[in-house]
Amino acid sequence: MPPVDARAAALTPEKPGRVRSLVTPEGVDLHLVLADAGERATAFLLDAAIIIGGLGVASIVILLLAVAIQGPAMEILGILWLFVFFGLRNVYFIAFELTPGAATPGKRALGLRVASRDGGPLTADAIFARNAIREIEVYLPLTFLITQRTGVDAWIVLAGLTWSGIFALFPLFNRDRLRAGDLVAGTWVVRAPKRRLLPDLAGDGAIERTGFAFTSAQINAYGVKELHVLEDVIRKGQRQVEAEVAARIRRKIDWIGAEPDREFLSAYYAALRGRLETRLLFGHRRKDKFDV
Amino acid sequence: MSAPILKSQRFRQEREADWSQLDRLLRRIDKEGPAALDDRQLLSIPVLYRSALSALSVARATSLDHQLVEYLESLCARTYFFVYGNRSHPLERIRRFFLTDWPNAAQALWRETVGAGLLMLLGTVVSYALVLRDADWFYAFVPAAITGGRDPTATTAFLRSTLYGGQHEPLSFFAAFLFTHNAQIAVFAFALGFVFCLPSGFLMIYNGCSLGALLAVFAAKGLGFQLGGWLFIHGTTELFAVTLAGAAGFRVGWALAFPGERARTEAVSAAGRQGAILMFGVVIMLFAAGLLEGLGRQLIVNDWVRYAIGAAMITAWSAYFYWPRSSASDAAR
Repeated sequence: MPPVDARAAALTPEKPGRVRSLVTPEGVDLHLVLADAGERATAFLLDAAIIIGGLGVASIVILLLAVAIQGPAMEILGILWLFVFFGLRNVYFIAFELTPGAATPGKRALGLRVASRDGGPLTADAIFARNAIREIEVYLPLTFLITQRTGVDAWIVLAGLTWSGIFALFPLFNRDRLRAGDLVAGTWVVRAPKRRLLPDLAGDGAIERTGFAFTSAQINAYGVKELHVLEDVIRKGQRQVEAEVAARIRRKIDWIGAEPDREFLSAYYAALRGRLETRLLFGHRRKDKFDV
Repeated sequence: MSAPILKSQRFRQEREADWSQLDRLLRRIDKEGPAALDDRQLLSIPVLYRSALSALSVARATSLDHQLVEYLESLCARTYFFVYGNRSHPLERIRRFFLTDWPNAAQALWRETVGAGLLMLLGTVVSYALVLRDADWFYAFVPAAITGGRDPTATTAFLRSTLYGGQHEPLSFFAAFLFTHNAQIAVFAFALGFVFCLPSGFLMIYNGCSLGALLAVFAAKGLGFQLGGWLFIHGTTELFAVTLAGAAGFRVGWALAFPGERARTEAVSAAGRQGAILMFGVVIMLFAAGLLEGLGRQLIVNDWVRYAIGAAMITAWSAYFYWPRSSASDAAR
């Protein structure tokens, strides 16, 4: 059933190229999933927006206060502004990554966090190092970008922009999507989504209730891969996709009967999972429908 | 609802309560911090964590409920980061930083520090000599924007006036500006080390050049000693801090170019973390330098007192960093 297989890529969030193993001291591999370049960029843009917005708001508030009071307190306001600027530029990332969540608001919004590449605790020095390098990844290219020059100087600025652009685009050039800062600090950014435990699809006794009686041959039509696609289809609950998939399965197993698609799929899912899990207990994991 | 039919479902039913309890605790820590939990709850986390881990192993081997496995993976990963995360108390961390980590990092990077210091000295000497011979060199070393009229054409009286309370800006604002500005430069010097040391080295030489050019201008007018005091009071701290920042950058760039026995990424991240410890210290030093420059220098106009303060600072820093200590090596183990 090629269309379903093609859809599998879209439906299942599996990204085999981005799974890294992290074996805990208890000996279990946690299969961490690295954040991809798009997520990293989005998180950064969110943070940049917060920083710029925060700076704007702080500037306006301080300016209004300055207009309101005037006099010797102006100096304190000036100092305040300097520290707000310095803090947003340098301390923002470090302070948020030092929290137990190890993520800035932007990363948190995307379900990402910073982790140590060696699996150890994320230390303050690593966080400092990875964020200090932002100077050459972000601010250096920005400086070249806003510099206006003519003649030979313009070419120098262009060369500088190209040179510093390499650091900004560093994550695109390596497998682990490391920023230059990640490389220096020995960190990487992984997905740490908070998942909810969803109801077990085979859990409502679908088979008994609806009285579907699949033959052994009918249940043997598919393997684990197809089971997972089916699970996704049922969980997503898009009626059109369900109808297509149900039609394909009916044709494949020669099922005659006009039950509602969802009921049919649930029942078949429960039956298929029961069969495959039994075989699993006997030591055979049937990868997909071609695996016998 | 009828009884579950699959073994994997019974497995899940028996353990689900534990998982959701762990999940609840983690969510609470995320929201309110670990302090929100009482002792009993905190102690239950490692137990629940181990049972979740073993459930993950079993689920991978026996359950074909994909969502269940994904849920357990994310639950275990989140707990792992909490259980094996950095658990030391912030105050304890700060104490360790000042007692061992910072001086140890400074000691470990002594070669780089000497190198960075020599580069700065080289820049100073060369530009001093050049500007003394031909005053036009001054404009090549010091951008016109920051001279404030302190160039070779200035009169002796004007130069003298800049040394003693010529600043009309409010003092504490000036100090804060100097601190943030210098700290930014120091962080930049560290970051530039990533590019195989060269830009950091250039920054060190350039810094020395501005210094040498300024010295030459004042020395030509017979104000060398006075300028020395003007620079010395904060310069010993500030230039030392900048040198250390350059040294931290060198360590990173050097590890990237010549990783030695270790894998390149491993060597670089070890160097980066060590450099970062030093950089925390550099920021603290620059804060002190900003205070000395913004407040001390404007309030103290006696040359000898300025020299004395500068000398005391450099002695204190050196003693703090390089005084041999047995406890440091013990704690490093």
